[in-house]
Amino acid sequence: MAPAASATGIGGMVIVGAGQGGLQVAESLRAEGWTGPITLIGDETQPPYHRPPLSKALLNGEMTDAQLGIRGLDFFERQRITLLTGVRVSSIDRAVPAVLLDDGRSLSYDGLALATGARVRPLPVPGADLEGVFGLRTLDDAHRIGAALDTAERVVVIGGGFIGLEVAASARKRGRAVTVLEAADRLMARVVAPFVSDFYADLHRSHGVDVVLGAQVVALEGSGGKVTAVRTADGTVYPADAVVAGIGVIPNDDLAVAAGLACDRGIIVDDCARTHDPRIVAVGDCTVRVAEGAAPRRLESVQNAVEQGKAAAASLMGHERPFTAVPWFWSDQYDVKLQMVGLSAGHDRTVVRGVPAERRFSVFYFRDGALIAIDSVNRPPDHMTGRKLLDKRVPVTPEQVSDETVQLAALAR
Amino acid sequence: MAKITFISHDGAEQVVDIPTGWTVMQGAVQNGVDGIEGECGGSCACATCHCYVDESFAGSLPAPTQTEEEMLECTSSERKPNSRLSCQIKVTPELDGMTLHLPETQS
Repeated sequence: MAPAASATGIGGMVIVGAGQGGLQVAESLRAEGWTGPITLIGDETQPPYHRPPLSKALLNGEMTDAQLGIRGLDFFERQRITLLTGVRVSSIDRAVPAVLLDDGRSLSYDGLALATGARVRPLPVPGADLEGVFGLRTLDDAHRIGAALDTAERVVVIGGGFIGLEVAASARKRGRAVTVLEAADRLMARVVAPFVSDFYADLHRSHGVDVVLGAQVVALEGSGGKVTAVRTADGTVYPADAVVAGIGVIPNDDLAVAAGLACDRGIIVDDCARTHDPRIVAVGDCTVRVAEGAAPRRLESVQNAVEQGKAAAASLMGHERPFTAVPWFWSDQYDVKLQMVGLSAGHDRTVVRGVPAERRFSVFYFRDGALIAIDSVNRPPDHMTGRKLLDKRVPVTPEQVSDETVQLAALAR
Repeated sequence: MAKITFISHDGAEQVVDIPTGWTVMQGAVQNGVDGIEGECGGSCACATCHCYVDESFAGSLPAPTQTEEEMLECTSSERKPNSRLSCQIKVTPELDGMTLHLPETQS
């Protein structure tokens, strides 16, 4: 489908959600040769910004709001992208077709991209609404947490995943006493091998964080409406002046559900970011990729937003540009860089390359003898090489990986 | 603030004012300089903000950290002695007038 520019000048391409994915759709539409109107609608008041630093450089004061911006305002002018900030889309009428905005306006579209992101999963325990309890998703959230860290003596982080651990590291950098409560028996359990989990538990403990595993939070306690402590199932009470919960996100697929688009904890898309409505694509955290012969895949990452954004723009222009690259992620905690490529679920063997004691190593994951994923700790070349090896499906053996004299980069060429 | 000149692989020139304390990558991307991607947002994790520093300024920059050094081995275009990742160059007034040459590809 290659929609023609609307003759009235209204309509064109409408993008709901002005985060990394939505912006990428807009930019890629121009790169694909779309010359008609593009309207990018965001419910936050800021122009599109980088989210990853919110839990890291922004929180520990190494970065300012202005530096977070992905593109300057004159970029939008030059690219003729109409940016609407602080505006919500209240519904999609696929019959017109048009989107209805919360300020009463209606915007017709030739092509529609949904890039609505995700929202933080609320803590399902009593006291979750007390003052001093935070989730982290937006710049406003980060400002609130940052302000709390100015005075909070004791910070309790609920959830030992990327966000929780990055917040813990930032809070330690700012000199706060930090406890991390993780329900599973190890950190980042959904993503990394036990070996890496253990490494990170040691890392945080060496920085003075009290890491508690197998901790089931049952209630937050407060006084005068403000949080004072976190209680776990074994009866332990952890005093807290501020609580940050990082227990996952919920994809924002409500608009799509209401519009009758197929959703399954996320808007269902194919490799080209297409929904089953030929005028509608979806990208980023709000999506679930369903492909034949593969398990449904939900990725929450910059790469996913960017690559689906490129695929979605191509689809709106009637081209096929599937996103098939191997997923990659990263997490910065203290001075340790964790870079992950591939999905390690289902691995039956791991091989460590490098020197864990020196905080420089990679874990290679194999399934049925084939390399499926690599977690690298302060070993960027392993990560970059791994992306090539996995994308090109270069056969690599565990023996080659464990032998440091074998140059993996040479295999990747 | 420093005026930084970017020269693309095909010779096109773009001059950008970048505030002190920002990284060169941030200034380039916000101003839409073609040829600097910065996909990871400046975390030194993707090597898509590679540039070649004009020789006259090579001595004005602090040496790359070990992480940058290693990521420079993974750039898409050829690594040269004056290769840097622009997300690791913090702007100072001394960098006013610096010229950066951009590689053919970033990824």
